[in-house]
Amino acid sequence: MRFVPKSRFPRWIPLLATLPILGACAPDDVTRDNDRRSPAELSYVAPGDFDDYYLFYSGGHSGNVFVAGIPSMRHIVTIPVFTKYPGKGYGYDDVTKELLGDYTWGDIHHPALSKTDGLYDGRWLFVNDNAHNRVARIDLRDFKVKEILGPIPNTSGNHGSSFVTENTEYIMGGTRFSAPIPKGTYAHPEEYEDAFNGVITGIRVDPDTGDMSVGWQVLTPPFNWDLSSTGKGPSSGWAFFTSYNTEMAHTVLEANASQLDRDLGAAVNWRAAEQAVADGNYTEIDGVPVIDPAEVPGVMYFLPIAKSPHGMDTDPSGQWIVAGGKLDPTAGVYSFEKIQAAIEAEDFEDEKRGVPVLNFDSVLEGQVPVGLGPLHTQFDGRGNAYTSMFIDSQVAKWRLPPWSDEEKADLESVVVDKIDVHYNIGHLVVGGSDTREPYGNWLVAMNKHAVGRHIKVGPGIPETSQLIDITGDEMRMVKEAFTDKEPHFAQILRADKIDPIEVYPRAENEHPHAIWSFDDAEIVRNGDSVEVKMISIRSRFVPDIVDVRQGDTVTFHITNTEQTPGLTHGFGIGEMDISGNIDPGETKSFTVEMDKPGVFPFYCTVFCSALHQEMQGYISVRPAEETE
Amino acid sequence: MQGFLKKQELFLRKPLNVWSRLCLVLAAVCLGASFFFPLWEIRLVAPQYRDGLELYIYSYQLQAGNDGQHLDEINLLNHYIGMQPIREADFVEMTWIPFAFGIFILLSLRGVVFGRMGNVVDLFVLFAYFGLFSMGNFYYRLYSYGHNLDPRAPMTIEPFTPVLFGKNRIANFTQFSYPDTGSYFLMAFGLLILVAGVLSLREKPIVPEEAV
Repeated sequence: MRFVPKSRFPRWIPLLATLPILGACAPDDVTRDNDRRSPAELSYVAPGDFDDYYLFYSGGHSGNVFVAGIPSMRHIVTIPVFTKYPGKGYGYDDVTKELLGDYTWGDIHHPALSKTDGLYDGRWLFVNDNAHNRVARIDLRDFKVKEILGPIPNTSGNHGSSFVTENTEYIMGGTRFSAPIPKGTYAHPEEYEDAFNGVITGIRVDPDTGDMSVGWQVLTPPFNWDLSSTGKGPSSGWAFFTSYNTEMAHTVLEANASQLDRDLGAAVNWRAAEQAVADGNYTEIDGVPVIDPAEVPGVMYFLPIAKSPHGMDTDPSGQWIVAGGKLDPTAGVYSFEKIQAAIEAEDFEDEKRGVPVLNFDSVLEGQVPVGLGPLHTQFDGRGNAYTSMFIDSQVAKWRLPPWSDEEKADLESVVVDKIDVHYNIGHLVVGGSDTREPYGNWLVAMNKHAVGRHIKVGPGIPETSQLIDITGDEMRMVKEAFTDKEPHFAQILRADKIDPIEVYPRAENEHPHAIWSFDDAEIVRNGDSVEVKMISIRSRFVPDIVDVRQGDTVTFHITNTEQTPGLTHGFGIGEMDISGNIDPGETKSFTVEMDKPGVFPFYCTVFCSALHQEMQGYISVRPAEETE
Repeated sequence: MQGFLKKQELFLRKPLNVWSRLCLVLAAVCLGASFFFPLWEIRLVAPQYRDGLELYIYSYQLQAGNDGQHLDEINLLNHYIGMQPIREADFVEMTWIPFAFGIFILLSLRGVVFGRMGNVVDLFVLFAYFGLFSMGNFYYRLYSYGHNLDPRAPMTIEPFTPVLFGKNRIANFTQFSYPDTGSYFLMAFGLLILVAGVLSLREKPIVPEEAV
C-alpha cells in the first residue's frame, strides 16, 4: 500500500484560481483566459440557457435565412424570405403571397444588419436575391419579412448586395451578369463589349420606416460586379466593389475571364452620385436615374485588383480596404489616404470608358501573401485581419498596417497564424467586422464542402460552419455545425442588442377585419365574394362551419386572439393548398377560389393544445347547379 | 350583575390617551394605504408557465400579470374544465368594500376626536366582523368557481375548491394563494386598534358628575 501524502495547499486555493475564469464569462470580456477552457466548455450552452449572439446565415438558393446561436451553433429558427415555407405559413396568405410575387425561389447571398453611426442598431436585416435581383427587409422586432424590392431594373444578378452604409442611407448592389439595358433589349452575346452594360446600384432606405427604393445607378462596362463594402471614418461616403471579367468575355468565362493579371474594382463616391441625381446629371433608364461616370467625374474610379477577386472589405477604421484575388495568393491592402491622394494628383494608369483607373502602385499599401485562393476578409478590431482561403482550406490571420519597413520588405512576417477548415471555405464572418467596433471574439467559417465530416446522408451533403475562437494569439477550432444549402455570408449580432416580441399586442393590430369576440364572427356575402371573419383560439375556430357556393371567392380573415407566447394557430385546408400560420394577436387573410363542390375540412396545423386535434372545421361548397 | 355592568360602563368611558389616539390615526393611514396594494395574490405555476400566471385581488379591482393577459389565459385554460370565466364585474364586493373602508377610516378618526374606549371597541368588533365576513365571502367565491362546472366542458373533473391560503395541486398546475401587501396593512389596522385600546387601559374613566 502506498502512502498518499495530504496536499499541503489549503483547499481554497484552487477555488480562488477559478475566479478569473468565472469573471471571463461575459461575452465582451473574453480574453486569453478563454484559452484555458476546453472547446466543449467554450461552446456548451446548457439546456435552458441562452446563446450570447445571433448568427444570421444566408440560406443561398433555399431562399431562406437561418438563425443560429453562438457559441452553441444550434440552429434556432428559419426566416423564410424568397420561398414559400409552409412550416411558417409563409407564402399562403394574401400578404406574403403578394410579397413573393411570381417567383418561387430566390438566392440569398449576403445578409447585412442595419447600422446607425457605424454600429449595428438592431432594426433590420437586409438580404439580397442574386437570382431575381431583389432585396428583402426583415424586421428584427418579429423576425419577419416586411418588404421585398425588385426585380431591380437594369440589374441581372444582384450579387454585390446587400451592404449597408454607416447610417443605413443606402444598400449597395451590383449587377453580376451584365446584360443589355433596359431589360428586354435584345443583343447577341457576341456583341457583349458594345451592347452590354453593368450597373452599380444605390438602394435608398427610409430612415424611419425602412422602406426601400432604387435611388440611382452608375453605368459601367460589362464587368461582372461581385462584392462590396462601405466606407466609414475617413472613407465615409464611399463604397468599394470588386469585379471579375475585366476582359469582357461572354463565353467560357473560367478561361476567357482569367487572362489578365488584374481585374478592376471600383471606388464609388455615393454622396457624389446622390448629388449628381439632385443636379439632374443622369439619364432615366427603366425608371431609374442612371449616372454615366464619364459624364460626372468624381463619382467612380477603377482600382486594379489581383486576378479574380471576391471580397472587398473595409476595416473598422475605414482606412484600409482589403481585396484578394482568388487566383493570386495575396490579400491586397489599399490605403484610402493613398486613393484620395491619387485622385487629387490625377495619378491614373489608364481609363476605361472615360472612367479613370487609379495607379495600382500608388494606392496599394502592400500585398500580404496569405495563401491560395483568398476570398474574403474580416477584422477583429484589434488590428488583425482574417482571410478565408478557398483553395488552401484555411483561414489566415494577419496584421493590418501600419507596418515597419522590415515588415514591408517581407510581408510574410505579418501573417501570424493559420488554421485548417473543412473544406473549401467561402466567406467567413467576425461579429461586427463591418462596423466601427467588431466584437472580435468569434469567427465563423462557412465551408463549401463537408465531405467526410458527418454521418452519411446521401449525395446531397450539407455544408459545414465552423466556430473559431479568435480571442487568443492562436485561432482555435471550437465547434462544427451543418447547414442546409447554402450559407454564403452571415452576420453576428449580440443577443442583448435586440428584444424581439413574441406576441403581437392586440392594441397594435390594424387589420381592417380583425375581430376579438366570438360575437363578431360572421360570414358576409357580397355577390360571388364571401368574407369570413373568424377567430382561432384554443381549441376551436369560430365559426367552424362555412357554407359557400361553387364559384365563390372566399376570403378568410382569421384573428388569433391569443396573447400568449408560442400559441400560434395554423390554418390548413386540404386539397386547396393552404397552409397558414397565425401568430398570437395576428390577423391574416386567405383568399380561396371555390372551384370544386364538396366538403373540405380545415384544421389547425400547429400543435396548440391537448385538444389541438379537435381544432377543425368544414367548408361546405354547394354545387353551382343546386344554387337557386 | 349590577356591578359588572357598572364596571363595563366605566371601562367603555375610559378616555384614550394621546398614544392611543396616535395609534388610531396610524390605523386610518394603514387602511387608506391598503387601497393601493393587492390584498391577495393567486399564482398558478406549471411547466409551460414557469413564471406563473398571476392574479392580484385588490379591494376594488382585479388585476392580472402581463397587463391583464394572465387573467385571459387562466379563463382560457379554465374553459377546458367548464369553469365560469373570472370577471371583475362579477365581484360585487369590490363595489362596497371601498365604501366599508371609508367607514372604518371615519370611525377611527371619530375615536381620535371623541377619545373613548367605547369607540375602539366598536371599531374592533365591526372590523373583526368585516374581516370574517370577507374571508367567508372569498371562500364562497372560490367554492362556487370550483363547483359550478359546465357539464358539457371538454374535461370532466371532480368539483374542487381552489385553495384560499397555501398551495394546492390542480392537474398540471400548482396553485399558490397568499395574502399580499394590502392584507398586511389591514392586519396592521386591526393590530393598531388593539394597541390603541391596550395603551389606554390604565386611564381613569371619565364619570359624569351626577354619578359621583
